[in-house]
Amino acid sequence: MKYLKYLVLGTLFGIILTKSEVISWFRIQEMFRFQAFHMYGVIGSAVVVGLISIQLIKRNRLKTITGEPICIADKQYSHGTWIGGIIFGLGWALTGACPGPLFAQLGSGVGAAAVLILAALAGTWTYSALREKLPR
Amino acid sequence: MLDFLRQPWPWYVAGPLIGLTVPALLLVGNKALGISSSLRHICAACVPAGIPFLSYNWRAEIWNLFFVLGIGLGGFLGYQVLGHPDTAAISPETVRDLKAQMGLTDFSGLLPRELFALDNLANWKGWVFLVLGGFLVGFGTRYAGGCTSGHAISGLSNLQWVSLVAVIGFFVGGLVMTWFIYPMMF
Repeated sequence: MKYLKYLVLGTLFGIILTKSEVISWFRIQEMFRFQAFHMYGVIGSAVVVGLISIQLIKRNRLKTITGEPICIADKQYSHGTWIGGIIFGLGWALTGACPGPLFAQLGSGVGAAAVLILAALAGTWTYSALREKLPR
Repeated sequence: MLDFLRQPWPWYVAGPLIGLTVPALLLVGNKALGISSSLRHICAACVPAGIPFLSYNWRAEIWNLFFVLGIGLGGFLGYQVLGHPDTAAISPETVRDLKAQMGLTDFSGLLPRELFALDNLANWKGWVFLVLGGFLVGFGTRYAGGCTSGHAISGLSNLQWVSLVAVIGFFVGGLVMTWFIYPMMF
């Protein structure tokens, strides 16, 4: 089961998202209304720890557990980066969830999350179908 | 210890643990943290419909679907098994504003029932929050090439300026919805 490790890491990730209330619509509203530090603290400290970790990996040329050199692909810019970003932001404030939290909400027993995930799949599918016609 | 696990975790515990997921995925299998891609892989697996952007070997990305399955399992363990207070510990100002501006009265659960109850699909509110909201998340993340995990956490951690542009976009969209569109809706 070479995928078991991803299942385990995903499970830990889901527990953290749930226990830190990042998957709560109310928390996202609190963030967009600048009424608490909580969400900024979660995202900010995650980035700081991620940044230090990646620097350590790069400087020490660490390899994966199977001995592969670690490489991280650069993100490619297109106009979609900001247009799509704004579109996602509108949806983030409506649903109070980004894709990760949607799956955690479903697991925690929120029926609405199933509808939200289906709608998100429809959105991804529609983007895929229209991709060639959209500004990039 | 068990008491600590049951309570909501503070940001300085949760944030660093989320950050550690980035090196964990790299060390374990050279994978970059990113969750919205899973939506693309599911579309490619289920309804490719001859669309070029959905015609690729999604099986090579199956690790991502296991990760997402784990997130669902984590939601179950974190909420139902470890247990979690039913009401998020949000600031009193947010409660006050949501009551006054959106007419919310029920602050229990992860999503406000007054907006996300499934029988709301009988009126426009349900369609805006459940269907349009989810659609914008799926459309926007793929168009932007990532979501909060792929851009905000993975991308910024790797000093990608593209991700900074995306994250600014996320906040512009979220602030416009919260401060300009919500007041017109309620």
